[in-house]
Amino acid sequence: MRIIVCVKQVPDIAEMEKMETDPKTGTIIREGMPAIVNPFDEYALEEAVTWKEKQEGEVIAISMGPPQAEDALVKCLSMGADRAILLSDRDFAGSDTMATTYTLARAIGEIGDFDLVLCGQQAIDGDTAQVGPMLAEHLHIPQITYVNRIEVEGKHVVATREVEDGYEVIRCRMPLLLTVVKGINVPRVPTYSSLSEAMDKEIPIWTAEDLDVERDRLGLPGSPTAVTRIWYPVPRTGGQVLTGEPPELAERVAQVLLNILQG
Amino acid sequence: MGISVIGEKCTGCKKCEAACPFGQIEVIDKKAVIQEGCTLCGACHEACEVGAIEVERPILQGASDLDTYRGVFVFAEQREGELRSCTLELLGEGRKLADKLGQELAAVLLGDEVEDLCPLLVAHGADKVYLARNSNLRFYQTESYAAVLTAVISQYRPSIFLFGATTTGRDLAPRVAARVRTGLTADCTSLDIEEETGLLLQTRPAWGGNIMATIKTVNHRPQMATVRPKVMKKPEPYPDRKGKVIHIPIKVNPKGMKTTLLEVIKSREQTISLEEAEIIVSGGRGLQSAENFKVVEELAQVLAAAVGASRPVVDSGWKSHPYQVGQTGKTVQPKIYIACGISGAVQHRVGMESSETIVAINKDPDAPIMQIADYAVVGDLFQVVPELIKVIKSRTKKGESRKNLT
Ligand SMILES: Cc1cc2nc3c(=O)[nH]c(=O)nc-3n(C[C@H](O)[C@H](O)[C@H](O)COP(=O)(O)OP(=O)(O)OC[C@H]3O[C@@H](n4cnc5c(N)ncnc54)[C@H](O)[C@@H]3O)c2cc1C
Ligand SMILES: Cc1cc2nc3c(=O)[nH]c(=O)nc-3n(C[C@H](O)[C@H](O)[C@H](O)COP(=O)(O)OP(=O)(O)OC[C@H]3O[C@@H](n4cnc5c(N)ncnc54)[C@H](O)[C@@H]3O)c2cc1C
Repeated sequence: MRIIVCVKQVPDIAEMEKMETDPKTGTIIREGMPAIVNPFDEYALEEAVTWKEKQEGEVIAISMGPPQAEDALVKCLSMGADRAILLSDRDFAGSDTMATTYTLARAIGEIGDFDLVLCGQQAIDGDTAQVGPMLAEHLHIPQITYVNRIEVEGKHVVATREVEDGYEVIRCRMPLLLTVVKGINVPRVPTYSSLSEAMDKEIPIWTAEDLDVERDRLGLPGSPTAVTRIWYPVPRTGGQVLTGEPPELAERVAQVLLNILQG
Repeated sequence: MGISVIGEKCTGCKKCEAACPFGQIEVIDKKAVIQEGCTLCGACHEACEVGAIEVERPILQGASDLDTYRGVFVFAEQREGELRSCTLELLGEGRKLADKLGQELAAVLLGDEVEDLCPLLVAHGADKVYLARNSNLRFYQTESYAAVLTAVISQYRPSIFLFGATTTGRDLAPRVAARVRTGLTADCTSLDIEEETGLLLQTRPAWGGNIMATIKTVNHRPQMATVRPKVMKKPEPYPDRKGKVIHIPIKVNPKGMKTTLLEVIKSREQTISLEEAEIIVSGGRGLQSAENFKVVEELAQVLAAAVGASRPVVDSGWKSHPYQVGQTGKTVQPKIYIACGISGAVQHRVGMESSETIVAINKDPDAPIMQIADYAVVGDLFQVVPELIKVIKSRTKKGESRKNLT
């Protein structure tokens, strides 16, 4: 069984509040902002490694990003991925989800046959949740999104998907792509020795040269969407502080709720 | 542009014939033959395992081409024959955009026995309803729905196509956008038309709400977006509005699909979904145990609210993952969010900070949640919440719902 896991390196938003903004432009100074593996991708990787251990096979982690994204891949290796590939090229910069998935699909095409592609539900920075379905379309394979349980039955997968009012159970023949939610497993924590082993592994970097791509579908020029304006919303501030004895507090809160609900 | 069968590759396996939702492929003498009525939906291309079918879609060339795309389309999401409330919100918003452009608003409805919904869609603003009715469209499935929508886009060439940012919309819209090769903006919270260009201005939060971005799709059509539920207002219905229903003839053969929907399981505990709830009562580690968490559920019940939770509650197994609000859970935007015993870590706040009104009940006045709450209630939740339940109950007539609160 060969499983490809798509991994994105993202800024750690918990650290964002401590970040400085450029007084002139008002933009956040991203340099030095700690980067982590997108939390959802750790669940995807854990799932892949678990199935590899049960079924034999190979787990390949793949990430498109700047050279520093190598750190994210090292973490994946330390969590049990057999190998990792970094897609990095100035020409990939500024990709929207369409250009990102075109590039990822071409790289996966280079890797060759596979049984599963796993993605996280969404990336905590871009937050679009579009990469999974678009990638599946480019690869001409079915997709199952928001998956919280995977069973492998011979050449088929039975997956449970979380929807607003419950679950859907879907069966599909491999190959297919799944995007996973947090509830699916508990990712392992790398040990010191797995980490040092991972650091010794070679992570090849593929550029546009290495892929069979149409250049005009890459990066910013290859992106149908264009971000035309970015701004920082004014942070929310507090309102009233209510103190007093519990019965009195309850009375006041009830009044607030009723006022809102009755418009 | 067009569709072609590569003769040498085709094995005559008939998978494409089964997959075509429009009955426009026939295998003759062991070769697939595409009929006149092909809609370029791409289902055959997906189904073909030997790569014998190629679909080439037009690549847009310049402004004159773009202008041939007209109208605002809305995906009318239904579940079990009932319209999702986000559909009505989209119609309200879509109507405004269509009026600004001087173009039509159309709803695209897929399902089984859903004709009854057409008048509702019209009453809420649609000029046209494109209706694809088939027993195999009863439940949402990516493959069949994506094929029908791709066909609708190829044939009717809308300028704008909107979806609710629900689990269905976020599964379907990117698949379709990638197939027709256009841009898709995720989870928008506001939409407008740029006056000089007539382009759709799509505004959305990213980085967990820490930044806002306005996005345009300049050279591709349709301009596609998913829109966050509960943000746009539902329009008033006008039952006398007139609109046209256009039937899309379709035959879906389940044998032609690669995925099989085995089961649809309704959550028994949560009857109101977090995404659609007007009120959410959430509990955190301050509740201390699964047993104690029941007080949160009781408050939710008397308020006809949905139940939410912070991550430690889920990780301790007091509630299952679908209840989690935050960065690795759900992003919600109710009218009222009541946080009980939640400190308000950034990973929690990004999931609920855009709620209209936040009420926090916490014994620590310095907890971060208290700094963003509209009503920061300082007190022991084990005393305040039961009192609150009592007061709410006393104002609710026996056995009646919150709607009848006086
Ligand atoms: C403010 C802002 C708003 C944006 N809005 C949009 C928008 O509305 N539409 C749009 O098309 N683009 C948008 N983009 C661009 C988008 O963020 C990038 O294309 C990004 O590379 C992928 O999208 P995502 O982060 O939303 O990933 P998601 O689709 O949320 O990620 C889902 C999963 O896909 C995989 N994945 C994602 N990125 C990579 C990667 N680089 N390498 C390997 N695997 C990956 C991971 O498994 C991840 O868990 C926006 C960018 C910014 C800065
Ligand atoms: C990658 C990552 C992703 C994460 N994703 C999420 C996520 O999606 N959602 C999420 O919620 N968290 C998430 N977290 C965890 C987050 O950082 C916090 O740890 C978590 O939100 C804290 O939950 P809490 O507020 O319930 O608990 P605590 O922080 O322990 O707060 C408990 C609060 O209850 C109050 N309290 C205690 N007893 C009482 C009482 N009797 N009466 C009144 N108040 C009382 C205390 O004053 C305190 O403020 C994530 C963390 C990481 C690293």
